[in-house]
Amino acid sequence: MSKKDNLPITRKKFMQELWRYKRGSVSRRQFLGVTGLGLATAVMGTAVPGLLPRKSWAAGDIGDRVVLATWPNYHDPTNFEQFTEATGANVQMNVFGSNEEMLAKLQAGGSGWDVFVPTNYTITTYVGEGLIEPLELSMIPNYEASAFEPRFSDAGTVDGTVYAVPKNWGTTGFVVNTKHTGGKTLTTWKEFWDISKAEFSGRTMVHDYQLTTIGNALKYFGYSFNSVDPAELADAEKLLIEVKPHLYAINSDYQPPLRNGDAWMSMCWTGDGKQLNTDMPEMDYVLGREGGEIWSDYYAVPKGAAHREAGYALINFLLDPAVNAKEVLAHGYPVADSRANALLPKELLEDPILYPAQELLDALEFGAAATLTDPNRAELLARFKSA
Amino acid sequence: MRSKWPERLLLLPATVWLLVMLVLPLAVVLVFSFGERGPAGGYVPAFTLAQYANLPARFTAFKNTLTLAPLGTFAALIVAYPLAYFLAVKANPRVKTILLVMIIVPFWTSILIRTYAWIFILGGQGIPKLLAMGGLEGIRLINTPTAVLIGIIYGYLPLMVFPIYVSLEKLDKRLLEASEDLGSSPLRTFRNVTLPLSMPGIATGCMLVFILLMGEFLVPALLGGGKVFFIGNALVDLFLQSRNWAYGSAVAATLVIVMLVVVSIYMKLVMRGTNQRKDMSLL
Repeated sequence: MSKKDNLPITRKKFMQELWRYKRGSVSRRQFLGVTGLGLATAVMGTAVPGLLPRKSWAAGDIGDRVVLATWPNYHDPTNFEQFTEATGANVQMNVFGSNEEMLAKLQAGGSGWDVFVPTNYTITTYVGEGLIEPLELSMIPNYEASAFEPRFSDAGTVDGTVYAVPKNWGTTGFVVNTKHTGGKTLTTWKEFWDISKAEFSGRTMVHDYQLTTIGNALKYFGYSFNSVDPAELADAEKLLIEVKPHLYAINSDYQPPLRNGDAWMSMCWTGDGKQLNTDMPEMDYVLGREGGEIWSDYYAVPKGAAHREAGYALINFLLDPAVNAKEVLAHGYPVADSRANALLPKELLEDPILYPAQELLDALEFGAAATLTDPNRAELLARFKSA
Repeated sequence: MRSKWPERLLLLPATVWLLVMLVLPLAVVLVFSFGERGPAGGYVPAFTLAQYANLPARFTAFKNTLTLAPLGTFAALIVAYPLAYFLAVKANPRVKTILLVMIIVPFWTSILIRTYAWIFILGGQGIPKLLAMGGLEGIRLINTPTAVLIGIIYGYLPLMVFPIYVSLEKLDKRLLEASEDLGSSPLRTFRNVTLPLSMPGIATGCMLVFILLMGEFLVPALLGGGKVFFIGNALVDLFLQSRNWAYGSAVAATLVIVMLVVVSIYMKLVMRGTNQRKDMSLL
């Protein structure tokens, strides 16, 4: 499907597109481009259950569906289509904006998920709270531990038991539209916050997520991304409150306003940076020289998953190196799986957005479990938002 | 008292519903509000007033709600009244039906989707661009309190229009003629006859809109860009981000109490104003 953004759309075509989108054969981005509907569609899709394909497939002894909780712009929808064709199980996707929200849903119970995508620092908490099951690795033959770089896979193992297998890794930097900087490239978090208060007033977005928003504010002062020190957090809070009136929005769904020109800069994850940069070369993905976050996402299975077998089948399918490589091409987040990397084009493996320079990577920190669960950080972000 | 039984039986579903869906959850909220947050979030039983002591931390959210909710209600009233008046008094029957349908039809689409549409209308490529073409540069709408107010007026307009329309519809047109015969100007007729007689509709509409606005979460979240923060948004964050159920419950309980107080004062004023209890039946 070609991406022609401003074509008028007929009602029939719209329904076709909606149907295709719902089945996952076009990406959300494409769908929104074609229909011009914007975010509304994500909601509409779930509000119109009649549009779900009813066809029953021959293969299916793993049930007719699998529910996946994941992040925005994080999969290749054609892979899901292929999975459905092969197994008869329809992939239902729930998209989240923060790990805290995922944890809250699981803690409250009745999430209905079969597979979800937690980030490295959350896994010990899930295990401690008894929310995820030890993985039955015999059901995931495509997972070959030795193929994965340990620093991106070891958070999945808690006390010698494998609870989660790696999906992708990435960094948290910021994306800046260099059209508005006079072509100048930014290099530090200090610049990010300073320019937000000045030339970029009303144009900057920060995540609606305490870990990254507070972490990157801490970086302004050169503190650790993971700091829970009250004095350091107080400094970060002061900066955040000072910047708040100058922000465009506090929102983790930053692609739409960056694309239509309302926002010029935003905190940003690797894949979003890659997607934006591919479509708009003036979008620069920057890792602050002071450091920031490096992370690794995993697949895990919640305890009591209703379609457990289908969940395992989906994980196994997505860890197939060929499928995984296709995922990377679609979303632009690197994998730590050497088998998948062997299938990827060289220019992608050398892409500075996906694989930043070593000295930039060295400054980054993995988020810590305590950073996620620290009540003071949660409360700080709430104060910042309600200020 | 044998004859009471059918009556009781008929009331049973409503009673059970109220108990299970209202009384019980409220009791849970109240109990939780005296508890503590667990180490990884959630709720740990305790008896402490710490959560209530921490309420000032959400002062801004309460303040935003308590300013924007009445303001939104008033703005919706200003927009809705002329429309309701036109529908009930001026419009010919055929046009009236069409207009009424046009007011109802948007309700067939989820408020969520309609509010999303406003993101585009109020965004940089929408109204501000049109204004820029007309020479008004640099107007910002999206992610401002103004955007939230526009979203509120749009979303709640029908709830305001219909009660007023109903009360104006019932208006005895002969009273208007009598007023005219007695030498009143149209303005005076409106002030002395039409407006007082439509007060029950206004009171009902304002009440409906105000109560819903106090719990509003969607419009500020979407059109306020996370920067215009209502108490509803604070609650969502407390339960879905910070996972602080105890504090969230304390904030929720406080909201209920604030609303009860505000609404009962409002009711008192309205009752005194109209002195027509039976006309409040729409409530």
